[in-house]
Amino acid sequence: MRRDYLNWAIGVVGVALLLVVPNVTDQFQTFMFAQVAAYAVAVVGLNILTGYSGQISLGNGAFMAIGSYTTALLTARAGWPVYLTIPVGGLLAGLVGLLVGIPALRLRGIYLALATFALALSVTPVLNNYDKFTGGHLGVGFKAVTPPFDIPLSNEQWLYFLGWIVFFLLFVPAWLLLRGRTGRAWMAVRDSETAAAANGIGLAYYKTLAFGISALYAGVAGSLLVIDFAYVNPDSYNLNLSLQLLVAMVIGGLANIWGPLFGALLVVWLPYVAEKAVNSKPDLAFGALLIVVVFLAPNGIAGLLRRGLLTLRGRRQEASQTTGALEATPAEADQIAT
Amino acid sequence: MDLLLAGFSFTALIQQIVSGAGAGAVYATLALALVLIYRAMDVANFAQGEMAMFSTYIAYALVGGDFGLVGAKLGFNGVHLGVAGAFWIGSIVAVVASFGLGILIERVLIRPFEGAPLLTLVIVTLGLFSMVNGLAGFNWGYVFKTFCCPFPQSAVNVGGVSFNYTDLGIIGVTMIILAAMALFFRYTKLGLAMRAASLYPESSRLVGVRTSWMLALGWGLSAAVGAVSGILVAPVVFLDPNMMQSVLLFAFAAAVLGGIESPLGAVVGALLIGILLAVVGTYVPGGENLRTPFALLIIVVVLLVRPAGLLGRPETRRV
Amino acid sequence: MIGTRRVAALLAAGSMALLACGSQQANNSPTKTDPGITSNQILLGGIFPASGTASAYYSIPKGMTAYFDYVNKEKGGVNGRQIKFDVLDDAYSPANTPAKARQLAEEDKVFLDFGQLGTPTNLAVRDYWNSQQIPQLFVSTGSDHWGKDYSQYPWTLGWQLNYGSEARMYAAYILQNEPNDKIGILYQNDDYGTDYVNGLKAGLGGKADSMIVGTATYNAGDPTNMSSQVAKLKATGADTFYVVTTPAYAASAVVNAITSGWKPKFYMNAVANPTSVWKQVSTQLGGSSSAMDGMISAVYLKDPLDTTKWGSDAGVQLFKTIMQKYGGDLASPPCDATGADGFCVFGMAVAYTMVDVLKKAGSNLTRKNVMDIAAKGLKETDNPLTLPGITIQTTATDHFPIAQGQLEKWNKDHWEPFGSIISGRGA
Repeated sequence: MRRDYLNWAIGVVGVALLLVVPNVTDQFQTFMFAQVAAYAVAVVGLNILTGYSGQISLGNGAFMAIGSYTTALLTARAGWPVYLTIPVGGLLAGLVGLLVGIPALRLRGIYLALATFALALSVTPVLNNYDKFTGGHLGVGFKAVTPPFDIPLSNEQWLYFLGWIVFFLLFVPAWLLLRGRTGRAWMAVRDSETAAAANGIGLAYYKTLAFGISALYAGVAGSLLVIDFAYVNPDSYNLNLSLQLLVAMVIGGLANIWGPLFGALLVVWLPYVAEKAVNSKPDLAFGALLIVVVFLAPNGIAGLLRRGLLTLRGRRQEASQTTGALEATPAEADQIAT
Repeated sequence: MDLLLAGFSFTALIQQIVSGAGAGAVYATLALALVLIYRAMDVANFAQGEMAMFSTYIAYALVGGDFGLVGAKLGFNGVHLGVAGAFWIGSIVAVVASFGLGILIERVLIRPFEGAPLLTLVIVTLGLFSMVNGLAGFNWGYVFKTFCCPFPQSAVNVGGVSFNYTDLGIIGVTMIILAAMALFFRYTKLGLAMRAASLYPESSRLVGVRTSWMLALGWGLSAAVGAVSGILVAPVVFLDPNMMQSVLLFAFAAAVLGGIESPLGAVVGALLIGILLAVVGTYVPGGENLRTPFALLIIVVVLLVRPAGLLGRPETRRV
Repeated sequence: MIGTRRVAALLAAGSMALLACGSQQANNSPTKTDPGITSNQILLGGIFPASGTASAYYSIPKGMTAYFDYVNKEKGGVNGRQIKFDVLDDAYSPANTPAKARQLAEEDKVFLDFGQLGTPTNLAVRDYWNSQQIPQLFVSTGSDHWGKDYSQYPWTLGWQLNYGSEARMYAAYILQNEPNDKIGILYQNDDYGTDYVNGLKAGLGGKADSMIVGTATYNAGDPTNMSSQVAKLKATGADTFYVVTTPAYAASAVVNAITSGWKPKFYMNAVANPTSVWKQVSTQLGGSSSAMDGMISAVYLKDPLDTTKWGSDAGVQLFKTIMQKYGGDLASPPCDATGADGFCVFGMAVAYTMVDVLKKAGSNLTRKNVMDIAAKGLKETDNPLTLPGITIQTTATDHFPIAQGQLEKWNKDHWEPFGSIISGRGA
C-alpha cells in the first residue's frame, strides 16, 4: 500500500508540474516539452516490450514511422481531421507490431535485436523508394494544427497539451495493465520462460501481445511527433531514432513505470545541454554526459529517485532493495539482454 | 565465355559475386572484433567501429606526421617515421597501442559498471561512440584523408572478372586473424582462461583466474583486431571520422548471422552479406534502391530457420 | 485546465503589452528594425550539422563566422552594427530541425536564418520560417526547389549553383563535343541525385534515351564501397561515367572504375569536386592516377589551392588573410588558410553576399526589406571568391542567385577551368 501512496504522490506532483510548465517557458521550450510527451509515449511502449516482457527491440522507430506517415498522408492527401489520425496511426502500427511479433517468437536476445535492427535500417530506404505514395525524399507537409475553439493558447502550447493529454490517455491503461494479470504474466515470461510456461502462461500470446501494444504506443508517438512538426521525411526514421528510444528507456529506468518520463525528458533535453556546454562539438559533450548519467544512475533515474525518496524517509532497508512489483532487479534486467 | 541470356552475362554475375565478397571482407574484419567483445561480456559494442577509426588515425599520424590539432598545439606535427616500410611499422605500432587503449577503456569506462544491467553497458558504448567520433572530428576534422595502401591499387583479370588486390589482401588478413583466434582460444593457457572466465566466472575465480582482467584483455584484443580492420578498410572507404559507421552496421549483422560467438560464422556471415547486397542490388528487379532491406530480410529469414545463427550453438541458458 | 488557460491568457496579454512597448520604441528610433537588430548588433542564426555523418559541412559556418569576424573587427561591422552568428546543430536529421528553428526564433530571437544546411532539413522548417515571416536566406543546398517554389515560399531562398543548372552545363558540353558518348550514371537515390539526373536528361533532350546506357544508385548512409555499382555500369559498355555522389562515394567510384580497368571519361558533380579530395585519390592511385586526367566538373568559386592561377588574386589573398586571423574562432580544427577545405571557401563567399545585402538594406533593417533585396534585387559582381564574370543575381522573376559556372578539367593535381562562363539557367 505504501508504494501506492508514493506512486500517487509522484503522479499528483507530476500533473501539477505539467500544468505549470507551459506558463513559465518560451515557445521553444514548450515545443521541446511537447516532444517529450511524444517520446515518453514511445518509451512507455518500448518499456512494455523490453523492460517488462524481456524482448529487446532496436526497431521501435519503424513503428513510429507507421504512425507518422498515417497521420501525414491522411491529413495532407485525404483531408482527414488530424486528431482522428492519431488512433488510426496507433492501431495500424499495433497491427504491424502483432505481425512482427509472431516470427519474433522464434528469436531472443541478440538475434531478436538483429531482426528488429533490420526493421530500423529498412524504413528510410523503403519510404524513399515508394515515393509515389509516401512523397519520397521531399517528405509530406501539412497545415500546422492550431488550438481548437479559439482557446487562447499559442500553437506550441496547444501541441504541448495535446501531447500530454494523449500521454495521460495511454499511460493510465499501461499502468493498469502492468499492475494486473498481464503485467505479471509479462514479467514471469521475462524472468523465466520455462517457469512461466509451467505455470500455464501462454508464452506466444503474451509475447506477441507485448509486441502489438508496444508498436501501438510507438505509432501514436509517431503521430504526435509529426503533428508537432507538421512535416514528415523518411530521413527522420533512421537507426538513431530507435537507439534514442533505447537510451531513454535504460536511463529512465528499465521496467519502471515512471522511467519513460525521465528518459524522454533526458533524450530531448540532453543534446540541448550538450550543445550549450560545447557549442561546436556537441557530440563530445553528449557522449560524456550520457556516460556520467548512467554512471550516477546505473539502474535508471527513476530507480535512483525512488531510492533517494525512500532513504529520505528513513526506510533504508527498503531502499537497499529498491525493487518492487513494477521494477526489474539488475539480475532480472540481465535476462533481457542475454 | 559469356553466356548471354537476354542481356544476362554470366561473367557479370561472377564479377558481382567477387565484388560483393570483397565488400563483405571489409565487414568481416570488424565483425571479428565484435565477436571478441561479445564472447567476453555478452554485449554488442556500438563503439567498435569508432575505436577502429581512431586506431587508423593513430597509424595515419605515425606514418604521415599529421597529429591534427593536438599535434599543432604541442608542436610535433611533421614528426613521422621517415623510414622504408613506415606504413607497416606505423600500423603495427597503432595496433599495439590500440590493444593498450582497449584495456584502458575497459578499466576506466566499463569496470565501474560491473554488476549493472547489460543494457546499461550498451548505453555506455553508445556514449563512447559519440565521444570517440567527436574527438576524432575535433582533432583531425572531416576532410577525408588517404591512408594508403597495404596492397597495390590495381586488379588482376581472370577470364573477364577483375579481382581487386585490396579485396584479396583483406580476405587474406581476415583468414590469418581467424586462424590466430582459433589457435589462441584453443591452445594457449591465456585463451582458455579467457573462455573460462566468460563462460563460468564463479568457478574460474575459484581456480585462480583473474576474471576481471580477462575482460580487460578481451577489450584489448578486440581493439587490436578493430585497428587491423580500420587500417585495411581505410583505402576502400577513405579515412574520415565517419568511415566505420555503415561498416559497423553490416559487421553487426554479419556477426549475429554467423552466430555471434563464432569467429568463423562472423566471416561467413560477412561474405554472404557482401554478396547478397551486390547481387540483390544488381539483379533483383526494383532491388537497387532496396538492397539493404532485401538483404536484411533474407538474413532475418535465415535466422528464423536457424535462431542461433549459421554456426552458433543452440542456446544454452546460463543461470 | 481552466486555471492554466487563464494563466496562459494573462501571460499572453502581458507579453502583448510588452511587445507594444517594444514597437513603440522602434518607431521612435530613426531605423526601422525587427527582432534580432539592436543599435549595435545584428543577430543571425544558422542550423548546421556539428555532429553526425554530415559533420564535414560544419566548415561552412566556420568560414562564415571568420568573414563576419573580419567585417566586425576590421570594417566596423555593417553600418556600425556588429554581426553575431548563432549556430545550432541538427545533426542533419529533419526530426531535430523544427526544435532548432524555434530555438533560434524564440529563444535567441535571431533576425533571420542564414545559410541553413541540407535539403530535407530545410524542407522540415520551410513552413515554419514562412509562417513566422522570418527569412530562410541563402540556404546551403543546391536543390532546384528554393528557386522554383519561390512564389509559394517567398521567405526562402537558395544561393549556390543549383544542381539542375549544373547538370545542363554538362549536357551542353557533351552534345557539342562528344555526341556519341555512352553514359553510365551513378547517383545518390534522393532528391539531390534525381535533380542532377533530370537536369542531364533535360539538357540532352531527345538524345537522352539513346546516350544513357545504364544507371546505378546507392542510398545515403550505405557503405562507401561502390565496387558493385561500378561493375554493373562497366558491364553496360558505357564509356562515360557521370558521378552524382558525395565525396567519399565519388572517390570510391573513381578508384574502382580505374583499378578494375574500366577507365571511362569522368563527369564529376560539383558536390564532390573539392581539390583536396582528388589530390588524395590521386596519391592513393599512384601510377594509374593519370586515368583521372581529363575528368570534367563545374565550378563557380575560385580554388585557393590553385596557386598558379589565383596566387596573386586579391579575393583569394583576402580569404587567406581572413582564415589566418579568424579561421579558428568557431571550432577546431580551424578553417585551413590554404583553402584545402572547400567548404570554408564556400562559407566565406556566401557570407560576403549576406553582408552585401545587409549593407544595401541600410537603415531599413526589416526582415521584409532584407528578403526583398535578396530575392528580387540582387546584383553582385564583386564577390571576392566567385569566378570573374559570374554575377550573383535575382530579379522579380528569377530566384536562382547563382546559375552560372565554368567547366573545369582535372590535370594531375589541380582543376583547370576552360571555356567561357556558361549560364545553366533553363526550364
